[in-house]
Amino acid sequence: MTIQPVVQVTGLQQGYGQKIVLSDIDLTLKRGQILALIGPSGAGKTTLIRTIMGMMRPRAGQVLVFNQAVPDRLLLARIGFMAQTDALYESLTGAENLTFFAKMQGVGHEEMTKQLTYAANVVNLQSALDQPVKNYSGGMKRRLSLAIALISKPPLLILDEPTIGIDPELRRKIWEELHRLAHDQGTAIILTTHVMADAEEADILMMIRNGTAIAQGTPTQLKADYQTNSIEAVFLAAGRQQDAH
Amino acid sequence: MRINAMISRIFKEMIRDKRTLALMFIAPLFIMTLIFFLFQSNTNTKVDLGVRGVATPIVKALDTDRIRIHHVGHEKPTTLIKNRDYAGVLTQKGDKLTLLLANADQSQSAIVKQTLQAATIKLKMQAAATAIKTQAAALQKLASALKQASHGAAQVSPPQPSSATASYQITTHYRYGSANSTYFDTLLPILIGFIVFFFVFLISGIALLRERTTGTLYRLLATPVRRGEIIGGYLLGYGIFALVQTILIVGYTLLVFKIEILGNIGAIFLINLLLALTALSLGLLISTFANTEFQMLQFIPLVVIPQIFFTGLIPVNQMLGWLQPIARLMPLYYGANALTGIITKGQSLSVLYPDIIALLGFFLLFLSLNLITMRQYRQV
Repeated sequence: MTIQPVVQVTGLQQGYGQKIVLSDIDLTLKRGQILALIGPSGAGKTTLIRTIMGMMRPRAGQVLVFNQAVPDRLLLARIGFMAQTDALYESLTGAENLTFFAKMQGVGHEEMTKQLTYAANVVNLQSALDQPVKNYSGGMKRRLSLAIALISKPPLLILDEPTIGIDPELRRKIWEELHRLAHDQGTAIILTTHVMADAEEADILMMIRNGTAIAQGTPTQLKADYQTNSIEAVFLAAGRQQDAH
Repeated sequence: MRINAMISRIFKEMIRDKRTLALMFIAPLFIMTLIFFLFQSNTNTKVDLGVRGVATPIVKALDTDRIRIHHVGHEKPTTLIKNRDYAGVLTQKGDKLTLLLANADQSQSAIVKQTLQAATIKLKMQAAATAIKTQAAALQKLASALKQASHGAAQVSPPQPSSATASYQITTHYRYGSANSTYFDTLLPILIGFIVFFFVFLISGIALLRERTTGTLYRLLATPVRRGEIIGGYLLGYGIFALVQTILIVGYTLLVFKIEILGNIGAIFLINLLLALTALSLGLLISTFANTEFQMLQFIPLVVIPQIFFTGLIPVNQMLGWLQPIARLMPLYYGANALTGIITKGQSLSVLYPDIIALLGFFLLFLSLNLITMRQYRQV
């Protein structure tokens, strides 16, 4: 029996109005895999994420999440999401924000306390949970957003620029937790990033430039293909290739 | 369960926002008190009238309860009005009276005209009474002369002079309100409706707008919540605040202004709840067309202020013909009409059902438009 992939994107085309933002995107993500989407801002990374979540209907092609075609509202219960901008209720405390989003996500009453402690622990926010979010620093808000994504223990995590504004030490800790989730729980993770160091941590890379995937594969494989020793060099070389065509 | 979480979140946010709480619960009471006192004093105002060369009986006939008489010299009436701020100047030449009105304030002009008219009637009645009296005396003389002339002839009853001078006494009864009713009594139901409509519109609209600009709406839609649950949470959460506001306003009206509410208080709550729901759904809808709080405020002159004119402040059935149908497009027209009916006329909901249907219609229209516009954020 073959294991169904968590996310399966085939021949996706996506756009707003007249504008085409993404074309010919193919992507497969299995249980326990970490996928990093890298590319300059405006390349279409966030649009791809929005489409996978079912916020936008695919213009052409197909997107399957847990073998179900998106958009499907109920699929969202199985996706933990961290947005690019911190979308938090400033007058509520950290704990109240967590509880609110957990309820929205469908976390039951019995698990609430356990999940809250777990999520706050991952991001080192236990001591600040009773403070209103308006007193938080930028990094703390980022961490709270991540905790919100983790709170329902979702089998698919989608993180839009998760490491911006997070110090190296905490970044290390977060990556350890993401690897642990992928390895132990089989959580599939999609994240977007500008940071090449984050890209090195992923199992699969997808480089997006001007709305198309210019390179796709594991970090080692990509480095071998382009005969370089850094992800950054792969990206630059692939970009030159795209311009040449 | 999700809707409960929405409501409790809205409550927490509201309760921690002391300014908004004050705006919603204290500001209306302040405004109502101010308006109450504004309309208290205007019954005792006296109007200044300059008088020159006018015969004493006429001046005496003028009602000095409402007019302050100034005997003036030979200045020109226009100058008098300009320099002394008189409401009018009355002059007499021969048997001709001339009244010059300032007419800067039409209500003052009206007082002068009424007083002068009353004085003229009074003088005419006096003249008539004197004439009748002399006639009666003459008749009586004639009658006695006749009596003496034809002794034993048929009795001629002398005319009763009293019957000719009989003065009519008018007793006024008030179906609604009392002799002490001021314009405030007319204004109060409109005010109650307007306050609920305006504050709920503004606060809920800005709340959803903020939710959109901070990205929490988008984040919320990344959970399996239904769009209807978000709108429903807003409607219930702010609807409860609107009800508390109504309780406060109505309680204040009863206890402080001692204004009698003829109809059912429950009916007031029902109409106000409907008004609040309409305002809420309209506020949420309008907020999708604004990108900042300032842009939300820019909708007030467009959406809220025109409605005030059609609430009954200016009687709608006296408006220009083509203007009257416009009133029917305004939710506040129906709300104010129903509240006036309940508070000052004691009408029951069975009379006011067209207003209720209209408000419900507006609410459902705005609600469905909201559900459609929210599709742009998430397509399921």
